[in-house]
Amino acid sequence: MNWFKYASPASFYPLAGRIAHVCAWLAAILTAVGLYLAFVVAPTDATQGESYRIIFIHVPTAWMAMFIYLVMALWSALALGFNTRLSAMMAQALAPTGALMAFLALWTGAFWGRPAWGTYWAWDARMTSTLILLFLYLGVMALRQAITDVRRADRACAVLSLVGAINVPIIYFSVRWWNTLHQGATVSLTSAPKMAATMLAGMLVMALAAWAYAIAVALTRARAIMLEREAGAAWTRLAAGVAL
Amino acid sequence: MTQFLAMGGYAWYVWMSYGAVALVVAAEIVAVRARMRRARANARVATAAAAPPAPRFDPARSL
Repeated sequence: MNWFKYASPASFYPLAGRIAHVCAWLAAILTAVGLYLAFVVAPTDATQGESYRIIFIHVPTAWMAMFIYLVMALWSALALGFNTRLSAMMAQALAPTGALMAFLALWTGAFWGRPAWGTYWAWDARMTSTLILLFLYLGVMALRQAITDVRRADRACAVLSLVGAINVPIIYFSVRWWNTLHQGATVSLTSAPKMAATMLAGMLVMALAAWAYAIAVALTRARAIMLEREAGAAWTRLAAGVAL
Repeated sequence: MTQFLAMGGYAWYVWMSYGAVALVVAAEIVAVRARMRRARANARVATAAAAPPAPRFDPARSL
């Protein structure tokens, strides 16, 4: 299989549409199942009462905020390395969704922090580094808006994205490196999860829903960007639904 | 139902969190779909402009 075939917007556009369609349905179904697990199946927490149910959206949004940044940095590296125009479009399409995920992680964290720790906000290592993540996303988006030439904007955003990627491991390991307010990892690949099985199931289903949602919405935005940038090219004639 | 909405006294925190997520997700979906519609419409106009003008039928020259 020739992977470079899909480096061309003309051939990736229809494929992205099909993937986005499937992921949108997956996201809807997984969200329904996840919310059922989160509010009906999962028991009340012994120490936190019902307030812990914020975990089912806080953890998935926080994971996505970090993961989307890494994917954006990867596309940025490909854009700089291969100079493929689609890579830059993918990076551009991911930034707004990543910013929203980072915002939601901070917002839901604040509304969980208040009942759990007695404060909406503290300059804790993980919260501060996540706030920096949000600012990095906003910085990348602002930088793109500030440069009129699209190809120059692509390169500048790619460099900023790659430099900012150092922040992601800082967020991830912050709870280990610093003695901080935020709790340590509840779920890790190396040890048994420190939570009830039904709670874990609800959280993982919601995380999968967040994945499917992010893929669907970012690919749809990428399709719009492909049309915006290549408007006038022959392939967009078919894509935009004009029979000529 | 009232008991469910009360969230054991944590209603403010739980529903402010879930409400924000619902609002942001709905807003992003609406915004992306609108952007897609605009891009489609714009691409149609641009291809129409880029396409060569249709040749006019001229009986005199076809002879």
